Amino acid sequence: MSGFFDIPSDLQHSYLGLIGLHLREALLPVLAGLLLALPTAQLCARLRWLYPPVLGVTTVFYAIPSLAVFVILIDYTGQTELTVMIPLALYSLVVLVPAIVDGVRSVPPETLAAATAMGFGPARRWFQVQLPIAVPAILAGLRVATASSISLVSVGALIGNQGALGNLLADAQRYDRPELALNSVLTTAVLAIVCDALLVLARNLLTPWMPRGTRASAKTARRPEPSEPEGALR
Amino acid sequence: MESVTKRYPDGTVAVDRLSLDIPDRAITVLVGPSGCGKTTTLRMINRMVEPTEGTILLDGEDLQRLPVTTLRRSMGYVIQNAGLFQHRTILDNIATVPRLLGWGKARSRERAAELMGRVGLDASLAGRYPYQLSGGQQQRVGVARALAADPPVLLMDEPFSAVDPVVRKGLQDELLRIQDELGKTIVFVTHDIDEAVKLGTMVAVMRTGGRLAQFASPADLLSDPADAFVEDFLGADRGVRRLSFFPSAGLELVTDAVVPLDAPAARLAASGAPYLLVTDPDGRPLGWGEPRDLIAGAIVPEGLLPYGRPFVPGTDSLRAALDCAVLSPTGWAVAVDADGRVSGVVSQQAIGEAIRSAHAAGRGDVAEVAEVAP
Repeated sequence: MSGFFDIPSDLQHSYLGLIGLHLREALLPVLAGLLLALPTAQLCARLRWLYPPVLGVTTVFYAIPSLAVFVILIDYTGQTELTVMIPLALYSLVVLVPAIVDGVRSVPPETLAAATAMGFGPARRWFQVQLPIAVPAILAGLRVATASSISLVSVGALIGNQGALGNLLADAQRYDRPELALNSVLTTAVLAIVCDALLVLARNLLTPWMPRGTRASAKTARRPEPSEPEGALR
Repeated sequence: MESVTKRYPDGTVAVDRLSLDIPDRAITVLVGPSGCGKTTTLRMINRMVEPTEGTILLDGEDLQRLPVTTLRRSMGYVIQNAGLFQHRTILDNIATVPRLLGWGKARSRERAAELMGRVGLDASLAGRYPYQLSGGQQQRVGVARALAADPPVLLMDEPFSAVDPVVRKGLQDELLRIQDELGKTIVFVTHDIDEAVKLGTMVAVMRTGGRLAQFASPADLLSDPADAFVEDFLGADRGVRRLSFFPSAGLELVTDAVVPLDAPAARLAASGAPYLLVTDPDGRPLGWGEPRDLIAGAIVPEGLLPYGRPFVPGTDSLRAALDCAVLSPTGWAVAVDADGRVSGVVSQQAIGEAIRSAHAAGRGDVAEVAEVAP
């Protein structure tokens, strides 16, 4: 009678409700992290000396156990989703900041020089040239940050029912129902895989200009062979 | 440019008191070894590098007075490796500056499509992305992008140095053709003296430390290098290269030694020449033969000596004529008209005479000779 998808009532959510909650608690921090990482990365790309200390600080954030952060935050934000999401947002920075900085730095110098020479101001150059070319690197960072965030949400169970699917782990113990733990692990994994696939899809849609290494044969077929010698006079 | 200097904070002088009067509607080439400040000089013209001292005037107006983005949008810029926007289609790459200038999307794209034709790019490439193009095609897009807003000035920073020699020659010829049509004021940076001599109306040779070694037309440069540095930079064969600037029209052609395939034996014997050039009934060259072999009767085209590569008097330079004579096994160069019909032959000795008299005349009147650039 207590099946795989029968969620104990103390969680106050249906199975799908837990999934929705889990996604919200995992993805909002990544979004917030991205919004924070973009200006930070821009500063790091412009001021080279700033990058190593910023990288150091984000790494230190990542090294702080979430439990320790909860202890501090709980005085201010209580036993809420926010308390879970703040450390997750900070953790995402350790991946996102270097992803954006490296992506922006990978823009070839002659492309930047050409943009400047054509009369792009710094802001226009950032938004129309540097960021778009960094999109593949940013998406790669988002994939790592998203997968990590989805798995980390579960620790919210430690501060009382804020772990979404993670709460199933606690209940599995409490009610001696191991299938709930299995459910939690499997569902979390599927969510991570689905989100990752969506990000790959987004990347492919956003970057039609990228040579697709995975479809090497298709690429060679698509690449137009110059139909006449390059040096031909016309 | 009036006494322009660029000095970096660490004291390095990239460009040292450079003064240049860049002619309108002509190609001025800045050439020199790496580190001679030629790219810095170019970048001071669109203020990507600000001069430490001196002023740069454009049509009498100080560049410093213009807003920098306005200035840059009025100057086309072509860079090594093209520097295309990899995330935009070819058409949108070319339409960049018109869009920055606030032209409508449709008008910008129409203009971009027109330019693709002008630089010899097939219209089917419009929707492709830069990675799908060869290096030479990308560079054509770079040139089209620089020309898009029809700027009066074009700055080119080693635009052709990253492509292979065959493609480079094609791009150079294309640039000269486009320049004939558009008459832009072009400043072109290269480290390749051959490219400088081929493309430049005026050539500024720069030396390490950012100093101007010589500013002259290519013909003057080859005939009168200012000093040992310039002479060394021009290379060992500047004498032969200089012949490119002398016309071959004045060569005296010999017609006695040209005989048709079916010429009577008497005529073959009459000419005293050591070799005879045999032509087909249309007057096109077949090859060289010795008179006694020809008289013996067996004139077969396969038995004749090859005639090398003919030159066209009036179009080709003395350098081409000399090359023909050197390539010919008999030491005689074959002159043909525009249709490939033999108009005569000329010996190495006769070409040598022409070179000597051209040099003598060139001393007094180099400017006129320069008009006959290849």
